Parts: sequence; C-alpha cells; structure tokens
Amino acid sequence: MTQDTVITVKGLKKSYGSNKVLKGIDFKVQRGTMLALLGPNGAGKTTIVRILSTLLPYDAGMVTIEGYDVRKEADKVRSVIGLTGQSAAVDELLTGRENLEMMGRLYRLTKTSAQARAKELLEDFDLVQAADRPAKTYSGGMRRRLDLAVSLIAAPPIIFLDEPTTGLDPRSRIAMWDIIRKLMKRGTTILLTTQYLEEADQLADRIIVIDGGKVIAEGTARQLKSRVGKDRLELTFRDKKTLDAAKQVLGTAAVDTDDSDYAVSLVINDTNKDVKEILEKLSGKKVAIESMAVHKPTLDDVFLSLTGKQSRANKKEE
Amino acid sequence: MAVELEFERKSKFTQAITDSLIMIKRSSRHIIRNTDQLLGTFFQPIMFLVLFAAVFGGAISEALPQNVSYLNFLMAGIIVQTVAFGSTTTAIAVCNDLQKGIIDRFRSLPMNNLAVLSGHVISDVFRNGISTIVMLVTGFVIGFRSSASILDWLAIAGILLLFTLAFSWLAAIMGVLAKSVEGVQWMSFVIVFPLTFASSAFVPTEGMGKFLRAFAENQPISQIVEAVRALILGNPIGNHGWLAVLWCLGILAVSVPLAAWLFRRQSSR
Repeated sequence: MTQDTVITVKGLKKSYGSNKVLKGIDFKVQRGTMLALLGPNGAGKTTIVRILSTLLPYDAGMVTIEGYDVRKEADKVRSVIGLTGQSAAVDELLTGRENLEMMGRLYRLTKTSAQARAKELLEDFDLVQAADRPAKTYSGGMRRRLDLAVSLIAAPPIIFLDEPTTGLDPRSRIAMWDIIRKLMKRGTTILLTTQYLEEADQLADRIIVIDGGKVIAEGTARQLKSRVGKDRLELTFRDKKTLDAAKQVLGTAAVDTDDSDYAVSLVINDTNKDVKEILEKLSGKKVAIESMAVHKPTLDDVFLSLTGKQSRANKKEE
Repeated sequence: MAVELEFERKSKFTQAITDSLIMIKRSSRHIIRNTDQLLGTFFQPIMFLVLFAAVFGGAISEALPQNVSYLNFLMAGIIVQTVAFGSTTTAIAVCNDLQKGIIDRFRSLPMNNLAVLSGHVISDVFRNGISTIVMLVTGFVIGFRSSASILDWLAIAGILLLFTLAFSWLAAIMGVLAKSVEGVQWMSFVIVFPLTFASSAFVPTEGMGKFLRAFAENQPISQIVEAVRALILGNPIGNHGWLAVLWCLGILAVSVPLAAWLFRRQSSR
C-alpha cells in the first residue's frame, strides 16, 4: 500500500505573518490516480501546490514525493515533477519550440532528446503550425497548451496542474480536459487544483474539498454527492385536484415542493426502478402528470452544504 | 510516448555551466526579438554621441588641452555612460522574470537557478559590445581619431568588459528589489544618472565646485572613464588603470553574492 503512495502530505501548515493559510492539511495520492483539490479562491490550493513543487518553504508538517523529502531533497523532487501554474509560465519572446527545447535541456535532457521530444509534444498539443512563432502571439488556449507541454517535456511521472482551465473559453477548456485525460491514461499521477466543481467531477478519481486552509471533506465525487442526499423525483400536475389525487396515491413519500406549482418531490433510491413504480401507480389511478424531472445532487450542493456558501466559480457563471 | 528520452549525467559544476549557457542563449534571443530594445541598442548611442559632440563641443573645447578635440575627449565618457545606462536592461529583464510566472517554472526545474541571473548579465555584455562598436564606427565617421595601439584597444576592451559585468550585477540587484519595471527605471535613474553626470565623462572636472569635484574625481565611473580616455588619447594612464580594475572587482565581489542571495530570497515567496 505504502509502495503505491506517490505523494504524502501530513499536518502541513503555512502562515504569512499572522495569516494562517494552511492549518494542517493531510492527504495522499496513489500512483496513476488524480486527486483534485477543490476550493474557492483563497482556500490555500495554490499554496499547497507551491509547497509540493519545492517553490515555497512551509512551517510545519511533512511532505514527501516519490519518497523524497520536499525540503531536504528538492533537486530530486524537481526531476520527477512537472508544474503547470495559473499564469502560463512560458517565455513570451521565445517560440513554442524554443521554449520546449530550452526547458527540456534544463530538465537535463540531451540535446537530441530535447529536440525530438519538443517535436512530439508540438504535434500532440496541436501547436505545429505555431511552433516557430513567438509565444506572445499565441491565444490564451494555445499558451496554456504550450505551458502544459513544457511541463511534460521530460515526461515526469507526477504532474501538478494548478487551475489549468481558469480563464479559458468553454471550447479550450474541453480541449484541455481531453489532453488531461490522455495523460491519465498513460499512468501519470496528477494533482489538480480547481474551483470548478464540474472539472473535479469530470476528471478526478478522488476529491478533497479545501476551505480556509483546511480539508473539509474528501472522497470520490459519488461519495461527496451522497453526503448531500439522494436523487429526487419532481412531479408537477395540472391543478389542485390532480395534485391531491396524486398525493393520495403516493402517500407520505410525496412532499410538497411548492403549492402554487402543484408539484411534489419524492426521494428515490434506485432511479430506474423507483420512477417506474411511481409512474405505474399514478397511471393505474388515472392521475395525469404534467411534467417530471429527476434531480441529482451536484457538487455545488456538496459545496453549499459543507461551507454554507456558494462556490465563487459558479457564481461567476450564473 | 514514442521518443526515448536520454538524460545527461554531469557533475554539479559542469551542469551549472551548461545551465548558464542555456540561459545566455535565452537572454541573447531576447535582445534580437525585442525590437524596441534593439533600436535602443543601435540608435541611442549614436544619438548621444552626435548630440553631445554637436551641442557641447563648441563650449567645452575651450576648457580642453590644446590638440584634444571634444569628440576625442567625449568618446570614453559616452561609451562608459552607454554601458552604465545599458545595465538597466538587465534590471528590467530580471524584474520581468520575477514578476511573471516564469521564475516559478525555472525554480521547479532541477537547474541552477542563478543561471537565470548570469544569463541576463552576460547577454548584456554582448549588447553593450554591439553598442560600443556602433559608437566607435559613428565616431570615426564624424571625425573621431585615436592613437591607441591594438594592445591599448585590448586593454580598453578588458576594462569595459569588467565594468559591464560589475554594473550589470549591480543592476541585477535593482531588478530583484524593484516591484515593477517602472520601479527599475526610477531606481536606475536615481543611481546611474548622478554617477555618470557627476563624473569626468562629459566635461573636465576642473570647473566643478570643490565638493562635487572631490566626488567626481574619486567615484568609480570617473576612474573607468579616465583609464579608457588615457588609452584612447595616448596619455599616461597613471593610477586610473588599476583603480578602475579594483573598483570593478570590488563591485563584483559585493554585488554577485548579494544579487544571488536576494534573488533566492525573493523568488521563494
């Protein structure tokens, strides 16, 4: 079990003066899996990534990556990680190819390896046409792709993705997700930070929710959702008479959602089976349904119930 | 992944040199790609040389020894001033690296991080070399003549090389300390401007007030200007030669470790 743990973080604490940014963070990442750190702005996600990638000293706790102590064996850690930060860290005056080759050489790749790998990544990331243009002429999405390609130049077994899709348009975001999924298929261990609940849900094997420098929940997307509740079936009827008839059929399981809407809501365990049973019951008594909807709890509900506030990312989108 | 990756196994020292060479290549590419800066490299020295010679030449030649033209007198000063002002480029480049995310990238790599600084400093030497050659050529076109021998020119090149290195490392400190590019420009204005103008770069110091003259004659820029000027004009170099070298070495001895320390501290925030 311990053999498969690639990243171990125990009791990690970090303060800037009196501002406690991390108040004791614990988590582990298993080889070949993706862990998502989910949280609003200022939760401490980037601080964690900066500490794990040897950029920032920490106050207390223990961090090991591939068994190397982040503090004592920084150089060893650096040779097994790749970092893609929030602010696409590429040299704007150099071309995409020059960026890749330079970083490859700094990763200790031989010249021929760096050149061959740069060529391969430019193809993989759909940057061949722009390869010999300075990076400052790239669009936001291209720049992110180049940035990610740069962090993969030496094919490190561990990748940190710090909000890789923040600020991207929906199409570029989906393109980025595809690239990340490909990486996962190759067995790369990934630590992803995001404020988009959907992103964590889509990509990650496990999620830890961070708020105010603490882990407030962890588990798979499914586990987190089940903490909030089960699926609900919402039924709407044409008028008060039909509504009352339906209530008689369904009994106490049906809860009024909103009287003026003539709607009821029922908790369901097995969506297909339960919905079928309910519909059969109603049609047996000739109660007509105007509309129906199955409501699945989203990670937004999770976040709301855990932190008592809506995630900032989602607010923006609304 | 189709490509087989081969990694180099070198000693820490050779690796540090390789890293520096890679970063020098990077910074040198910046010089060529940054068109505004490139224009500055070529035209600023021409402009200064021609303007100073034309504007001050008439008035100042009175104060010069006979048979020394102002253009011949000015050449040493204007070269040193250009190099001193040019060091701002290092400061801006270092500041830019720190403000933008790229420094995090470099620090997350298994490289020698100080190569980022030495890359900028050494590419500054190339740029200053270009500026100096441009100025000398322009000077010859408008009437500059020198009695210096090849050996003298080599000595001039050596002194200027040391001076460029010293000032660029000083500039690297400014670049680390400044919070923005505007801050860099302000800092270099406050430090470099008085140093170059309160010196013997453009006028003989004899006409200055007592205190100003004492400062002007003993500060490092004047030593370098005087050493270069003596070599250009074929005058005895006196103490200026070894004082110039000593100043440069002294500045390097302080500024290199200080810049390195500040850079490490600043970039790990």
